[in-house]
Amino acid sequence: MLTKRSRGMANEHGVADHWEHFPHVADIGVRGVGRSKEAAFEQAAYALIAAIAEIERIVPKTKVHIRCSAANDEALLVEWLNAVVYEIATRGMLFCRFEVRIDGDSLKADAQGEPIDQQRHEVAAEAKGATYTELSVRQLDNGRWLAQCVVDV
Amino acid sequence: MDLTMLQRFSDTEWHIPPSGAMRVPGIIYADANLIAEMDDKVQKQVRNVAALPGIVKASFAMPDAHWGYGFPIGGVAAFDPDAGGVVSAGGVGFDISCGVRTMTTGLNAADIEPVKESLARSLFAKVPVGIGSTGELRLTDRQMDAMLVGGARWALQQGYGEARDLSRIEEGGRMAGADPACVSARAHKRQRKEMGTLGSGNHYLEIQRIAEIYDQATAAAFGLEQDAVVVSIHCGSRGLGHQIGTEFLAEMVAQAPALGITLPDRELACAPLDSELGRRYLGAMRAGINCALANRQIIGHLAREVFAEFFPAAHLELLFDVSHNTCKEETHRINGESKALFVHRKGATRAFGPDAPSLPEHLRPWGQPVLIGGSMGTASYVLVGTRDSEAHAFASACHGAGRQMSRHQARKRWGGRAVRDELAGRGIIVRSPSPRGVAEEAPGAYKDVSAVVEATEKAGLARRVVRLRPVVCIKG
Repeated sequence: MLTKRSRGMANEHGVADHWEHFPHVADIGVRGVGRSKEAAFEQAAYALIAAIAEIERIVPKTKVHIRCSAANDEALLVEWLNAVVYEIATRGMLFCRFEVRIDGDSLKADAQGEPIDQQRHEVAAEAKGATYTELSVRQLDNGRWLAQCVVDV
Repeated sequence: MDLTMLQRFSDTEWHIPPSGAMRVPGIIYADANLIAEMDDKVQKQVRNVAALPGIVKASFAMPDAHWGYGFPIGGVAAFDPDAGGVVSAGGVGFDISCGVRTMTTGLNAADIEPVKESLARSLFAKVPVGIGSTGELRLTDRQMDAMLVGGARWALQQGYGEARDLSRIEEGGRMAGADPACVSARAHKRQRKEMGTLGSGNHYLEIQRIAEIYDQATAAAFGLEQDAVVVSIHCGSRGLGHQIGTEFLAEMVAQAPALGITLPDRELACAPLDSELGRRYLGAMRAGINCALANRQIIGHLAREVFAEFFPAAHLELLFDVSHNTCKEETHRINGESKALFVHRKGATRAFGPDAPSLPEHLRPWGQPVLIGGSMGTASYVLVGTRDSEAHAFASACHGAGRQMSRHQARKRWGGRAVRDELAGRGIIVRSPSPRGVAEEAPGAYKDVSAVVEATEKAGLARRVVRLRPVVCIKG
């Protein structure tokens, strides 16, 4: 585990939802852990943003609605992260707040952020897309959910 | 990687005999040191690729191979369309037709030394770099489709570059068989503001000087002299390529069971060449190649404009433009017979030897320039394809240094400003919107590119012509 940060509310056991990066030589692994599948997906998106820029410097000025769907949880995570990558690329925005709702095989989300400011956001590499490498969405023994994959940068 | 898992064929060629589902052997070209440094996953991925339907001869890994997605980065594999062969989105990668172009300038290091600071500033101002940057061009849907069919030829028609550039670009600057109808509306939209942008990560525009010549005759034929200055550009198909890769990877994963393909790794997702999905991917991927060729043509033109401000008499002549993430239909000799194959090069450079028909006349006696990008503090190389290249991995060579450290490790070890200052102390000017990006691309995060090209030469994949040292580096 290389980076581990909390973002969001503590759950009923007092353990905060969190995201982290895990190592991949050429690219970067993003992992979200949360009290629910939705929370884990939100945290994975924070990890994605943190791979691109300094997430604490992004201001939630504008809200964007995102929708996607896939046949199973793991494919849905890839679709979700790719949808975020697409919104970053086409809107020229970075996001710092995500609210995810999952209903069966479809996902709806609100993402809040602002236009990219290369200097202020201390941008690094752009994300090209989420991959199926190290892809996993599962409920852990402690009841929390984990959502992770490697992102090509 | 554990060497005992491999059979040593020579100092720079190591074999993995077929076992399990492998249809052909695996062959890794590298010396013992490079192999020892390689992740074990490279071997696993070489084996997995060897199990794909219709693969011919072997599943190859180049000396700079590292853990990729499905295919290793540095992987080469050819598939026979008449034997159920496949095309793989993962075998091409997200950055379709990412590649390098190098232009000679007719200047030498002493000419640019007094102005290199302002030259760097002007290039940085002219060429859009980094996440969120946009180009000046805005294409309508119709113009975008013309670009996706025309590649660098389209860019030339829009006023970017010179007619003589085209023969020095693979495929003459235009990949045939591109079908914009196979490219989604989302991919179109993602590219709308990104024409003529460099991107970020390991992409760069560098001014380099020739630090060492290994092959005088070939160097002279390429217009490369000691201390001469060249400009090199490393970038790809931008958002359009990324989106094509993303969408087809997902579709190939989803359709694999219906297509009767068992995948040892989802990232190996592929489709038969003779299938609707396979043909559609080829149409889109070729459009992605044209997008990359147009993009490098535009950025090359921007570099020419900047140089013209400083050196009105200088002429930036295109040496060559190579792509290292592609799948191309090529004719190769298999068991004494010419055969049309679909050759995937994922982080590998085509390296045609002398007399290759696709080479322009002035290069044909010498072979194809093979442009190898290193890290910003070390070196890049110009190699040349040899007559032996074809006998190995379908005339393929390495593509770069390859990372040896993750981005996060690099950021923990180095600060961007410290890296920039240290390189400035060595006479290398780095301009980037992102200190963090510079830290992630620190020279120490990469393998020794010199060891990679030495192994490439020893293995007979390509031969060294010159070594290039960076003078100015523009990074995203």
